[in-house]
Amino acid sequence: MSVVFEKPKALCDVDTHYCPGCTHGIVHRLVAEAIDELGVEGRTVGIASVGCSVMSYNYFECDMIQAPHGRAPAVATGVKRAHPDNVVFTYQGDGDLAAIGTAETVHSATRGENITVIFINNAIYGMTGGQMAPTTLPGQVTQTTPYGRDVSYSGNPIRVCEMLSTLDGVALAQRVAVDSVPHIKEARKAIVKAFKNQIDKKGFSIVEVLSTCPTNWGLSPVEAMQWLRDNMIPYYPLGVYKDIGGKQ
Amino acid sequence: MSKRVLMKGNEALAEAAIQAGCIHFFGYPITPQTEVAAYMSKRLPKIGGVYLQAESELAASNMLLGAAASGIRAMTSSSSPGISLKTEAISYMAGSDVPALIVNVQRGGPGLGGIQPSQADYFQATRALGHGDFQVLVFAPATVQEIMDLVYLAFDRAEEYRVPAMILADGMLGQMMEPVVIEKPQTSPHEKPWAASGHQNKRRHNIINSLYLQAEELENRVIERYKRYEIIKEKEQRAEEYLMEDAEIAVVAYGATSRIVKAAVKEAREQGVKAGCIRPITLWPYPTDTIAKYVNQVKCFLSVEMSMGQMVEDVRLAVNGAVPVEFYGRTGGVIPEPGEVLAKIMELGR
Repeated sequence: MSVVFEKPKALCDVDTHYCPGCTHGIVHRLVAEAIDELGVEGRTVGIASVGCSVMSYNYFECDMIQAPHGRAPAVATGVKRAHPDNVVFTYQGDGDLAAIGTAETVHSATRGENITVIFINNAIYGMTGGQMAPTTLPGQVTQTTPYGRDVSYSGNPIRVCEMLSTLDGVALAQRVAVDSVPHIKEARKAIVKAFKNQIDKKGFSIVEVLSTCPTNWGLSPVEAMQWLRDNMIPYYPLGVYKDIGGKQ
Repeated sequence: MSKRVLMKGNEALAEAAIQAGCIHFFGYPITPQTEVAAYMSKRLPKIGGVYLQAESELAASNMLLGAAASGIRAMTSSSSPGISLKTEAISYMAGSDVPALIVNVQRGGPGLGGIQPSQADYFQATRALGHGDFQVLVFAPATVQEIMDLVYLAFDRAEEYRVPAMILADGMLGQMMEPVVIEKPQTSPHEKPWAASGHQNKRRHNIINSLYLQAEELENRVIERYKRYEIIKEKEQRAEEYLMEDAEIAVVAYGATSRIVKAAVKEAREQGVKAGCIRPITLWPYPTDTIAKYVNQVKCFLSVEMSMGQMVEDVRLAVNGAVPVEFYGRTGGVIPEPGEVLAKIMELGR
């Protein structure tokens, strides 16, 4: 019998705690595939952030460190500066990266810290039960915007890739989605590039992945994918916001 | 070969760390500790190390968390308001058994406070350097030479017990210049098989983590750590005793304040009052045994601090009601004069 499908080696053979239909599973797989493809598991250190993905330290086979809320890029900086030959990545949600950790995100990016950031944007705080995130869309109903996000009151969402693309230290800022097979293929390529950039010492690479949270959106997994397409992609257009390519 | 040089306390802190093999420093400017960062920024790039100026104290301490979790000797330093921000990462380091060195060159508080010397962060250092059940080793040098010695000891003991360590100095000590003899440390960095620096395909992954969602599991982790703390309390208490052999009044003071106290104690003896000084060198573990040794000899204890009275609580705990425990302090950056302390000793000696 031939094996036609298997788990990436960099992914632990364990059950995850993620909800049915959550796209963390897809993104975990893409990260693990990138680590396998580049053959760097032995020298990779992953930084888990606070939020639904906190327990990703149990899901990746590489060494893992759990960072305080928002501080993953600072923790990653510490590891990378101590061990420049390590491949260091953070895996962060939108509350972590774009609210409490904004300073760490912006400054690690502008320093050109040679790390890889995987940014899960699902427009909500998932772990705590669905409150407004910095990325929550205008009008979106959450536990803490029960009448819909009123931007004149709660402020506007942050477009992270657009913001970071203005910074000199950024090698790659790309937004992808995992709602369809073509998009997943695109996401896979972006994540591999974000790791490859680090190996090639190009600087800070971030891949923003538009993701679903069926549980807290109150939708079925299929409806959630459609909601992402109808609402998130128009506000957060997919694409490459910065890519220095072969340039240093 | 050892050499004798004139150094500022803050520079000695930095040089000692380098001598101890710490060549990664994550900092942020704040008076009165900035010379530590300045010294590191000058030296470290020349010796293959990293001086990195962070965007905040939060980031600096989390960079320290990352570097230390990856198994190297690393440190950060700050002064009182900055330490409040660093407590986040310190709690995480304690909760994930990561050894690292944090320096607090104390200034007056609360809030932005002032920039003059203070010892008002004693409670913070010894009771709650962050949220949760934990302790850190706290060393309190009193001379520039002792700064060097205690930096060596702090790194070594932090690694031995897998706990964060703090050097609790103050603005006076940080800014003063004294001759120091620079000697190589006697110990080398410990092996760190737990570190997260890549498994090199030779072992299963290491996980540095402080999250335990099952209450009993978290309780067990904390209990295991407290067993280590008991060993630390038994083996690591340190104090200096000065003119205590026949003392009737024991003046307890640490850090720069102890130098003022020693002058007052000497003067008191010349005026006929048998005073002595107990100088805690470790503030956690507190040298309870040294204090307790004298409860049947002295008629009272006097804690002298640059605060409104914080360490005095540890003196009271050690004395346990056996004799009175008095307090004298100045705060807000005011340094007590030997004469003020002498007057208090003479008042108690009457």
